[in-house]
Amino acid sequence: MSARVGVVVFPGSNCEQDVVHAVRFLGGEAAYVWHHSTDLTGFDAIVLPGGFSYGDYLRAGAVAGRSPVVEALGEFVARGGLVLGSCNGFQILCEAQLLPGVLMRNECLQYRCQSTHLLVENVETPFTRGLRPGQVLTMPISHGEGKYHADADTLVALRKRNLVVLRYATADGQVTKAANPNGSVDNIAGIVSEDGNVLGLMPHPERAAEAALGGTDGLLILQSLLGSLVEDGTFLKR
Amino acid sequence: MIFSAVVDVMPKAGISDPQGQAIERALPGLGFEGFDHVRVGRRIELTLEASDEATAAEAVRTACDRILANPVIEEYRITLVRLAAAAKAGGA
Repeated sequence: MSARVGVVVFPGSNCEQDVVHAVRFLGGEAAYVWHHSTDLTGFDAIVLPGGFSYGDYLRAGAVAGRSPVVEALGEFVARGGLVLGSCNGFQILCEAQLLPGVLMRNECLQYRCQSTHLLVENVETPFTRGLRPGQVLTMPISHGEGKYHADADTLVALRKRNLVVLRYATADGQVTKAANPNGSVDNIAGIVSEDGNVLGLMPHPERAAEAALGGTDGLLILQSLLGSLVEDGTFLKR
Repeated sequence: MIFSAVVDVMPKAGISDPQGQAIERALPGLGFEGFDHVRVGRRIELTLEASDEATAAEAVRTACDRILANPVIEEYRITLVRLAAAAKAGGA
């Protein structure tokens, strides 16, 4: 028996196959979930993959954030399901207000497609339990709207409750302006919800899952996720 | 009644608007001097049927609050105009 991960497909999603491939490589079960689906009882975790759902029309993630499957995520999380949103998935989670804040147009106005180094700030989440505090991961980003923004109160809460999981950094873990590819406040690259069940990150873990393609640090996050769902042969969450 | 609604969505004051800044910087090079405070937003036009103006305004406001604008970084302004008394009946 292994953890069952549902990977949502919106019109315009384009990373779902890589996510499914990475999950299956790690021994998890993965299946595609069409965005109209509201029955998530067969899954332990849901991934909102990268892409350009609805063409980023209106705002990136705006329309997908109101899809039936996303409306069902609140209840899914309440009964213990885990949710990971990468890139467009992070945008969707913020538009759905499952995570606070918003992803805006990159400050430099350029689309940024590049490798980034990420400082791991919180290893208490189901998505980062397999990592060391202060570990630096390498994962690619590919986005035009990745600048994380939140109001002052939200930023205070994120800091106080240690909800920032990943920050853009240099290769040796320094959080600097030069290492920030999109102007995100506090170099924030990924955050987790208060209950720890929902992770949103702009980098693509599924694109750092093959040594031949540049690195496998993304597997560490997916492995932590799968490992959090299966402990001593029994499922923690269902 | 049929109403026409125009929704202007703009970044809230204080929200970084690099698009607006980029345009503001480009204008002098094209010969436009003295153009300041350039900000870029989005305009959405739609028509809707409603029993009266108050109901129409409320419906558009709700749409703005729920999807047309992101309240974290955007504010909106609605212009509502009554177009016709009633929808034309379809068919012969």
